[in-house]
Amino acid sequence: MDGRVVIIGAGQAAVSCIAALRSADATRPIVLVGDEEHLPYRRPPLSKSCLAEEISIENLLIRPASWYDGVDLRLGAGVEEISRREGRLVLRNGEQLAYDQLVLCLGSRARPLGREAGGDLAGVHTLRSLTDAARLQAEFRPGRRLLVVGGGYLGLEVAAAARSRGLSVLLLEAGARILGRVASATTAEHFRTMHAARGVEIREATGLDALSGAERVQRAILSDGSEHEVDLVVIGIGGLANAELAAHASLETANGIVVDAGCRTADPNILAAGDCASFPLGGRTVRLESVQNASDQGEIAASNLSGGQRAYAPVPWFWSDQYDTKLQIVGIGHDHDSIVVRPGQRGDAKSIWYFRGEELLAVDAINDPSSYMIGRRLLAAGVSPARRDVANADLPLSAMLPPRG
Amino acid sequence: MPQITWLSADGTETSADVATGTNLMEAAVAAGVRGIHGDCGGALACATCHVATDLAWAERLGSPGIMEDEMLDMIDGERTPTSRLSCQILARAELDGLVLDVPGPA
Repeated sequence: MDGRVVIIGAGQAAVSCIAALRSADATRPIVLVGDEEHLPYRRPPLSKSCLAEEISIENLLIRPASWYDGVDLRLGAGVEEISRREGRLVLRNGEQLAYDQLVLCLGSRARPLGREAGGDLAGVHTLRSLTDAARLQAEFRPGRRLLVVGGGYLGLEVAAAARSRGLSVLLLEAGARILGRVASATTAEHFRTMHAARGVEIREATGLDALSGAERVQRAILSDGSEHEVDLVVIGIGGLANAELAAHASLETANGIVVDAGCRTADPNILAAGDCASFPLGGRTVRLESVQNASDQGEIAASNLSGGQRAYAPVPWFWSDQYDTKLQIVGIGHDHDSIVVRPGQRGDAKSIWYFRGEELLAVDAINDPSSYMIGRRLLAAGVSPARRDVANADLPLSAMLPPRG
Repeated sequence: MPQITWLSADGTETSADVATGTNLMEAAVAAGVRGIHGDCGGALACATCHVATDLAWAERLGSPGIMEDEMLDMIDGERTPTSRLSCQILARAELDGLVLDVPGPA
């Protein structure tokens, strides 16, 4: 099966899929359909450096325009419908596009604040696209009062960028603590302290009841009954998979487009990769929103389109930049039952090691790339170091690595 | 603008004039250099922009920073005495003519 491949969604997964398809067969017809006008660009900087500095699309492009030579680019063209029986797509402009095989790289979108809570007031932002970031950056003026709703990585990164631009920041987390779903209490404590020292006011176990204002947001009412004057709001309460197109085509969806370890849906001609895909990992079904996941799944999908049998068994990795602090995460620590905190080689460095029983699950490294890289190699090799060895700062981590080869 | 040349492990040679101040990972991605991915966008998080030079150039480039050095220590491929992460090198006039080796995958 070497026909025309249509990729829907122009992001990180699509780029890696195209790269792998072309290295397998340089002549295979590839169509890339994206709903934004832009060539695929990097999203992680949008909540980090881009809010603090000038945004330049050229610096964000994953590959330059010339790299797409030979790819039939359909940018600014959303897909209305997939007709599986006829093997074609209907674009929003009415055009029809035939495919032999289809890769869904549809990504995810920000979970919005409901209209009833004031989510449609001017000055209320979510952050996912270049357009979102440009709008938000234009609102970042010294002295303005920003409310961030959600204490996940996105919310914390926005708070850090806003402080560096001289805004005042109040951050709400409805759960018991910031980073509740994604990191240990120890990691959360580090970031809470860091943000407090930079003047961010963090309220945990406090939700947003409503935003109000004439046309533009002016006031926030919190779940503790308090009211706050605000100039702008960023909603950072998680992402939703863009799975509707697949669901309408009667493909299985459950928190994303359900695929097997080879990125395949139940339709042999349709695969899915990246933020939109829900896949088996370690006995569970997971959906990951990260560059690593999009990039690796794009490649696996391409390989399996061409008749490959590759299974995706990743060691997920992720990072967050806030102020001068770099957090690097490898693995998924959800199910941990203990952690070990290890001081790094420098005063501001440490790593948090997540274990379930004797099994190493994940490492959070704070300004500590060495521990991150060693954690990554240990997890990739499936080797769990002894907790007491990790805890012993006099014992070099490199001694725990399996021999290379 | 300094001219930079990349020699990829597969034998491909790529040259580009790079605006002063641009980091060399971004310049490589823009020029389509094979073997430079820059997955993390220059955040010192992925080590997919590893390059090496000859000793004379290495002296002019200077030493890696502390965090960069730690990443290089544990890189998937082989670290050489002149290894750098190219996202940490900014183009400047005295780098005109710089030749960077792009090591192959491990």
